[in-house]
Amino acid sequence: MQEEVLRKLVDDVRAGRTDRRAFVARLAGLGISAPFASLLLASAGVAQAQPAGYKPTRRGGGGALKLLFWQGPTLLNPHFGIGAKDQEGAALFYQSLARYDPDGNLVPVLAAEIPSRANGGIAADGRSTVWKLKKGVRWHDGRPFTADDVAFNFAYATDPTTAATTLAQYEGIAAATRIDADTVRFEFQKPTPLWHRSATVALVPKHLFEAFGGARSRDAPANLRPVGTGPYRFVEFKPGDLVRGEINRDYHAPNRPHFDSVELKGGGDATSAARAVLQTGEYDFAWNLQVEDEVLTRMEASRKGRVVACPSGDVEVIQINHADPQLEVDGERSSPKSRHPILSDGAVREALTLLLDRNSIQRFVYGRAGVATPNFLNNPTRLNSPNVKDEFSIERANAVLDGAGWKRGGDGVRAKDGKKLKLLFQTSINSVRQKVQNIYKQACAKAGIELELKGVTAAVFFSSDIANPDTYGKFLADLQMYAVAGRPPDPSVFMQWFVSWQATGKANKWQGVNRGRWRNDEYDRLFRTSEAELDPVKRTVLLIAMNDLICREHAVIPVVYRPSMYGLARQLVAPLSGWDTALSSVAEWYAEA
Amino acid sequence: MGHYLVRRLLIALPSLVGISVVLFTVLALAPGDPFADMVQNPNVPPEVVMNLRAKFGLDDPVWQRYFRWAWAMLNGNWGFSFISRIDVDKLILGRLPVTLVVIGASQVLALLIALPVGVISAARPYSWFDRIASTFALIGFSLPTFFTGLLLILLFSIKLDWLPFVFRADISATGWEWWRQNILQAIMPVTVLGLLQGASWTRYVRSAMLDVIRLDYVTTARSKGLREYAIIMKHVVRNALIPVVTLVALTMPQVFGGAIVTEQIFRVPGIGSLLIDAILRNDTPVVMAVTFVLSCLVILFNLLADLLYGWLDPRITYR
Repeated sequence: MQEEVLRKLVDDVRAGRTDRRAFVARLAGLGISAPFASLLLASAGVAQAQPAGYKPTRRGGGGALKLLFWQGPTLLNPHFGIGAKDQEGAALFYQSLARYDPDGNLVPVLAAEIPSRANGGIAADGRSTVWKLKKGVRWHDGRPFTADDVAFNFAYATDPTTAATTLAQYEGIAAATRIDADTVRFEFQKPTPLWHRSATVALVPKHLFEAFGGARSRDAPANLRPVGTGPYRFVEFKPGDLVRGEINRDYHAPNRPHFDSVELKGGGDATSAARAVLQTGEYDFAWNLQVEDEVLTRMEASRKGRVVACPSGDVEVIQINHADPQLEVDGERSSPKSRHPILSDGAVREALTLLLDRNSIQRFVYGRAGVATPNFLNNPTRLNSPNVKDEFSIERANAVLDGAGWKRGGDGVRAKDGKKLKLLFQTSINSVRQKVQNIYKQACAKAGIELELKGVTAAVFFSSDIANPDTYGKFLADLQMYAVAGRPPDPSVFMQWFVSWQATGKANKWQGVNRGRWRNDEYDRLFRTSEAELDPVKRTVLLIAMNDLICREHAVIPVVYRPSMYGLARQLVAPLSGWDTALSSVAEWYAEA
Repeated sequence: MGHYLVRRLLIALPSLVGISVVLFTVLALAPGDPFADMVQNPNVPPEVVMNLRAKFGLDDPVWQRYFRWAWAMLNGNWGFSFISRIDVDKLILGRLPVTLVVIGASQVLALLIALPVGVISAARPYSWFDRIASTFALIGFSLPTFFTGLLLILLFSIKLDWLPFVFRADISATGWEWWRQNILQAIMPVTVLGLLQGASWTRYVRSAMLDVIRLDYVTTARSKGLREYAIIMKHVVRNALIPVVTLVALTMPQVFGGAIVTEQIFRVPGIGSLLIDAILRNDTPVVMAVTFVLSCLVILFNLLADLLYGWLDPRITYR
């Protein structure tokens, strides 16, 4: 897509000629995520859509809100959160400067407004942002929330001895300074378009954590007794089991929250969590329902609750190993220096892409929990379905392989130059993934490609243990499938997956994120340019070009994008966002009478 | 007696050291990673994980980690969980009350079933009552708890909607309402565990009774013309219970260890669910502490059972 076309699209939205949603959907078809598309509009000065109506006209009175998580939070300090469950637990009490709404717009929480070029919040040189804080916000202990707190969180998290997991979100920030009590400035090490990454870090109070920075971080009493700014005050915490809160009468937004108390129960399994909300109505909300859609649909028949699928950035992909997993170079297999003997042939990669029947996988395996996608960076909406249908074709795959000189042998398996078209396809053990593996294996067999399937226990597959050969980081197979999980508000985190300097291997202790070891000079150049490109329109053009390059070169085979699945009681109204933690919007939740 | 006790305790020490070494090695060799969640999260850079691994000493050789753990344990420091960064003893103490109540209640239920049913069955062997009781006992200990648990949930929670199937350690109601809610939510887990344990104990009680009931002194008592009730209660049951008491004492550590599967099904926040969570996340300090405490309890109760045996049966002496 050309820059002028994109500028015209943005102008159309600004002039009211195009609907905002249509614009987001159009960009999604090009592989641009919803938050990014919204950001593009915001930077062009297009007013944000008004948030969906919040009906309650007074604070409290909603009774108890009962949340069921099949993994309970094990810690409540947002800077230590190991998994999504911990971020969720902390989100009941702590808040961030801003959060993402269901459409991927950044909306202010503790900030008075979202910085933009128009309001002077974003410096023209891209070297700093200024956040104006909401006035009159108080911590649960009555102390005022100020710019000092924001600056402190930066210092706390970026001290390496604190061992904070939020470190990455502050990456590239040189300093956070207080300008006055309600204004704080973030300065970047170099001009960056990624000014918003730190906006969603939940903030902890300076006066309670100041004495416990660095190596003493584990001793802070407030780790177990959070004092935040959120809609609920802390009552009780039992790690892995229970978190309880009561209404915060001093909450900084009017008429909120609706519920008088909140209880988050953890443990058990996803299926019975769904049952407790959808079938028996014991709970109001079930988190992250990784349950087969067929089962969920049957439970919904009881009409006590419903399942909500929130669009997010998670994509399930089949990763192609561009290095040779058999050859040993400098004492390691799959060395970034080697080239795969079969998969370096573009025709084979193209055939593999053509052989993935995404529509059947969506229909018969994932249901609502997975939407077929041909793009790596994607959030396709049904309004603008990309050309997925004609993607699956065994005939074309056969034709491509014939054309490239891969001849069928007596056993039906193709070969060329003495190399047989046999590939090892690994993934983590999970009933859904094994089904997809089998569907793919059958389609490949019809095109003369023999797939050997391998399943690895999830605990091993996703381990950071460098001594283990079966991890996805080592990738000692030809193909592997897993989900790119997490909620990157900006695609560049994902895009690092294909830059040559991130190629994983012995040299960087297998910590690089380019696990397919794909290398492409054109791509590297585009990425470098996008890192320094401040004009959002130009940057979007670059990102689209990068996505197209990955797809054209078949560097990776996207399978489905995976929305976050939640179970809600019938009366519960919750503006859930797949781009943020589910509970980041908990202040806005209410029950309809 | 005193000598015996000292000798037994001294023998226990090397076994404890052995147990801890084996546990630690197995855990260290087991694949997996406490920070796997983070590795998958694209927002957490690999350096953070490396930093945490280094900080928690996960990259040191196994023997170094073992001695660090053993030394800390000797000093009464149980370490802290890698996952929640909370002290392990706090985590265990938080889970203990629920475990004691739920598992304890199920053991009491098991005894209440096993004693009368076993005694009556043995008093009238091969009667209709005995046949029916034996059949049920067989079914009872053949059915795994995950099956009976799900069956009960299906029947009482989903079809009939009588009982809640999510166990809450924290009920905000007070007075009678508190008791009512607590009893309602405990019915299913306690029944599932109690029936399983009760079924096997019933068989033990019955066979122990049958062993005794054939002995000559019982025939003598009968020929004296004593009432059947007095014979069974005073002469048979008391002697038959000796092996049963040992058996019950040996299952006591379970009360502290919790029931992994049942706790998971009903979301009972007990030690069993703490252990399984810790194992799944490779949270070594928690797994070590829980399993080590359990092994200590097993050794302790073994000793207790042996001492109890001598007290119940004076013919046994200790040297």
